[in-house]
Amino acid sequence: MQIYICVKHVPDSAAHIAIFDKNRIDENISFLLNPYDEHAVTEAVKIKNNNPGSEIIAVCLGKNDAEKTIRSAMAMGADRGILIDCDENHDSMVTALALKAAIEQDGNPGLIFTGKESIDTEGMQTMFRIGALFDFPVATNVVKLDIEEKIAIVDCELSGGIANTYEMSLPCVIGAGRGLNTPRYPTFPDVVKSKKKLVQKIVFADLNIKDSLAGMHIVELEPLRQARDPKEIKGDARVVAKEIVRILKQEAKVI
Amino acid sequence: MMKNIGIIIEMDKGRVKETNFGMITLARAKDTQVFAFVLDADAASVKEDLESFGITNIVEIGLAKDQQTNPVIRAKAMINAIKEVNISMVFGLSTAMGKDLLPRIAALLFAPLVMDCFYVDLEQKFARTSQYSGKTIARIQVTGEVLVFGIRPNAVEPVKAQATARILKFDSSQIVAKGFRVIKSGGIDKATTINLAEADVIIAGGRGMKNSENFNILSQCAQKINAAVGASRVAVDSGWVPYSMQVGQTGEKVSPKVYIACGISGSIQHFAGMKTSGMVIAINKDENAAIISNCDYYVKADALEIIPEITRILDNG
Repeated sequence: MQIYICVKHVPDSAAHIAIFDKNRIDENISFLLNPYDEHAVTEAVKIKNNNPGSEIIAVCLGKNDAEKTIRSAMAMGADRGILIDCDENHDSMVTALALKAAIEQDGNPGLIFTGKESIDTEGMQTMFRIGALFDFPVATNVVKLDIEEKIAIVDCELSGGIANTYEMSLPCVIGAGRGLNTPRYPTFPDVVKSKKKLVQKIVFADLNIKDSLAGMHIVELEPLRQARDPKEIKGDARVVAKEIVRILKQEAKVI
Repeated sequence: MMKNIGIIIEMDKGRVKETNFGMITLARAKDTQVFAFVLDADAASVKEDLESFGITNIVEIGLAKDQQTNPVIRAKAMINAIKEVNISMVFGLSTAMGKDLLPRIAALLFAPLVMDCFYVDLEQKFARTSQYSGKTIARIQVTGEVLVFGIRPNAVEPVKAQATARILKFDSSQIVAKGFRVIKSGGIDKATTINLAEADVIIAGGRGMKNSENFNILSQCAQKINAAVGASRVAVDSGWVPYSMQVGQTGEKVSPKVYIACGISGSIQHFAGMKTSGMVIAINKDENAAIISNCDYYVKADALEIIPEITRILDNG
């Protein structure tokens, strides 16, 4: 089985985000493999171990630097990578079209993974768009996955720890959630080995993605300003508790 | 030109969830007709509630009983109805259900979608949402025949506006989902605890809670004020509480009216999940904790001493 993992090269969540030209960020910061994608790679490795002969391919739409993220995925167990090289950022509609085109020209997906969302643009939709384009079933925030002969059984977590269990025919698309597994971080030999693995580069323009009227465009980014002005509540436990209750009642009006 | 805006109504235990009303308020404007799409109730049973917030059309979508919780069928039924009544914008809540339904609708329609919006400009067709772990606010321009928006619960204050609604019914019981079957449904309205994403008040615990048992202290207080209990990643990774309670970058993103942080230092990743809260009250022994300089009220004390006092005061009225 060929298992494709769509990975994204995202800014480290601890990095300072500076805004340029109104709608771009300063990309001179540390980027890494999207954290949810780590769960996807880890799960794919587990499936490959149970299905000898399988191959794991990490696919990424991004700038040249995104090769590092593909290398990280390969250090965690992906066999090879495909970088769809582009100079600008694309919305999730174009991203899904590009990923689909690249996967289709590469092989026959038995399973496609994404993370349940990327921690930069937080769109939460690329997996569904890929599924719609392939006409494959899709599940997101998957926290448990069992692959049987021709089906996948998944638990998708809702809020409050409640999960829905779905059965999907294969091939299908899985949006990996955090509860799916504990990522196994690569050892030094893994990293060395990953450097020898193949990353094929495709030029975005060569995929002939048609222009569409429908789309999403970030026209403005601004830093979130925190206008909070901390005030201390002083006193013993009883006094403080009374004051908090007063604030909840009179200021916040929630009780 | 008259615009038709469709709103997907979420139900909870047979009632229209409160969080729908803010979303409806956001959709009301001059020259718009607001359609409520009801998949989980009889239109008649929700008519009065919806009319009091300005809904002029209620579309009751009848699904086959055994397909009620199938998100693929729900998405397809919604798409049929959207086309039937000429909807140009679709609003739904950015809740667990919305995250599994809205992207399916958008993907099948090849329509743009912005999730977790706290503002939508109906005229200019843009939405505001947070990006980069809540560190920036993005204004996203959308183009397309149908536009889909996931609205962050509690982002808009509900305002009443009386209207009279007509009821339309669609039979969607014949829709099939290819290769997708629900084996077990945790339930869309069976949640027993208060939903983190939709709670008005959240009491959250971090490293300062020390163990699993101490979270009961938060739960007891939370029960008194109808609050949900959340946790920081440290508390989850220490095994004190389940992951479903985690607020932050890799957990739930919340916007309650009040967020009470107990023994939480306030890392960037934690702020990513709660910085859009209305009021933040921090209780922390460590006056150097990041959260102390980024909150509305703080107490330099052990939350394990303060919270039980609050519970006691509430007990005595």
